[in-house]
Amino acid sequence: MNNIIVMPMIIPLVTGIILVFLRHYVKTQRVLSIVSSILTLVASLVVLNQIQQDGILRLDFGGWLPPYGILFVADSFSMLLVTTTSIVTGILLIYAFSSIEKQFEHTFFYPFVFFLVAGVNGSFLTGDLFNLFVCFEVMLLSSYVLITMGGRKLQLIESMKYVTINVLSSWFFLIGIAYLYGAVGTLNMAHLSVRVAEVGQGPILTVISLMFLIVFSLKAGLLLYFWLPGSYSVPQTVVAALFGALLTKVGIYAMFRVFTLIFYHDTIITHNVIGVMAILTMIGGSIGAIAYNDIRKIIAYNVVIAVGFILAGLAMSSETAFQGAIYYLIHDMVVKALLFLLGGTMIYLTGKAKIEEMSGLIRNYPILGWLFFITMLSLAGIPPLSGFIGKVYIGQGAIETGSFILLTTAFLSGIFVLYSLLRIFLNCFWGETIINEDEDIPLKKGMLVPCVLFGIMTIAIGIGVEGLAPYVSDAARTLMNPEIYIDAVLQGNR
Amino acid sequence: MKINDVILQTVTKIVVFIILTFGIELFLAGHNSPGGGFIGGLVLSSAFVLLYLVHDIETVRKGIPFDFKKIAAIGAFLAVGTGIGAVLFGEEFLTQAFDYFDLPVFGETELSTVMLFEAGVALTVVGVVVTIISTISEDV
Repeated sequence: MNNIIVMPMIIPLVTGIILVFLRHYVKTQRVLSIVSSILTLVASLVVLNQIQQDGILRLDFGGWLPPYGILFVADSFSMLLVTTTSIVTGILLIYAFSSIEKQFEHTFFYPFVFFLVAGVNGSFLTGDLFNLFVCFEVMLLSSYVLITMGGRKLQLIESMKYVTINVLSSWFFLIGIAYLYGAVGTLNMAHLSVRVAEVGQGPILTVISLMFLIVFSLKAGLLLYFWLPGSYSVPQTVVAALFGALLTKVGIYAMFRVFTLIFYHDTIITHNVIGVMAILTMIGGSIGAIAYNDIRKIIAYNVVIAVGFILAGLAMSSETAFQGAIYYLIHDMVVKALLFLLGGTMIYLTGKAKIEEMSGLIRNYPILGWLFFITMLSLAGIPPLSGFIGKVYIGQGAIETGSFILLTTAFLSGIFVLYSLLRIFLNCFWGETIINEDEDIPLKKGMLVPCVLFGIMTIAIGIGVEGLAPYVSDAARTLMNPEIYIDAVLQGNR
Repeated sequence: MKINDVILQTVTKIVVFIILTFGIELFLAGHNSPGGGFIGGLVLSSAFVLLYLVHDIETVRKGIPFDFKKIAAIGAFLAVGTGIGAVLFGEEFLTQAFDYFDLPVFGETELSTVMLFEAGVALTVVGVVVTIISTISEDV
């Protein structure tokens, strides 16, 4: 009986439902949101620590034993992501309090944020492929609402694309699930793994696995990222930060789960395809990041590069590379949220989005400038910030497995990330200030505090990596050895 | 221009009740045979949609003065609530209980918490479908 596993999904869900009734009581909504985020965080920390003692935990809904029932499975990998999600959402909510327009607070902004989080946490925790689809949908439906909030013309254009592409990929997902169910007759992930191993991953199953690869690539923005820069640069700052920090990560998580647990037999095809896609993603993302002058576009392309970088770790498929990918995933959730917030705050302060139209911001807003500097170094992977450790492990994994092309591209893309952000830094923060003393828009404390909190987090993850190490190495060990997961779920009754 | 649709309105008065009855029948049939909250809810909301089509939105809103967004939320709360109820009794999340009761009119009847869960689903479906339809029609 591990009912606490379901809490990271249920607490946000119930909070969202309650907040619907409190539509016009903005203060109450804010207090409840923060309380709920803290509760979720506590629950996920408890589960994370329990896993270290008792091994992988599972909860069979309604007492129906696997493979017949639907279940939640909590291993270190998923719980690390759930924990990071709850922290990131909590801090983003603080930013929302001072930045979001009153009108949205009355039109169900907070409930949909919580439904989104419920979907994200559910996707991380579920042990059933169809349930994964359902949680994806919960997350996507909320994101459809959040992306259109505001209703500007450009926003509607981009959200049309976003909705269309996601409906299409969900349809592919459903077809993939149907094919897989037809082929092996189960949808429980652990049971799928057993069945696929029994019959051997022949050509048909490999084709089905490529179907899933397409679906998750669309969600994660691996190579099929054409929709991403547009739709991530139109919504409200805090919504963009939420998307940039969480949504692509769910796609990445699903890809890790499916290609380490179920389809890990025919790596010559699947993992090489992922590797090639990761390389192309990093190249495309790098070109995009230095091609645009719009801050939001540059940041959105940085998301793309990170997706390629993390999935390079999956393509290498060694325990060290997995560790690197997990470290980088956690780091990226924190730092991308920070980067989106900083970009959005700069646009809020100057009223402009192009980098050549801003200048000398560091004179007016020194803390903002230094935070941007820290973010840049962290993304470039300078020790002791959080990006460093992930890059080291991925590099080490690449050398171990002899994937030198991946290694070169991954590290070159790091230089492009640095260059693209340096351009923003040099253009916007250095030089003559464009804002006179009297036109100076005061930087709200409520906007600065979340950025500082994220800044502290990236330093803390970098320095306190020793404390994170046991969780991450356990997560990587589970990814590398699917039997651990299968044994925990099926417990012998195959 | 006012379209004369007396026939439609008269027929609707009867048909709506047939649809509502059928919806509840489907809802109750669930659990052991085809039917259940989702399908029942869809049929129920089709009755409301028919009312919206035949009369204008204001008239229907006067007759049924509910905020359908809140109905959807109540439904979701009910469905999740039965799951949490199981947690409070120390069972696994979403565990359902049932028992047989001797009711005055119906005789021996099976009552189960799945019924509450399904009622939640039905309310959510009705709330969401009607909200969507009325929002679309307002925009035009």
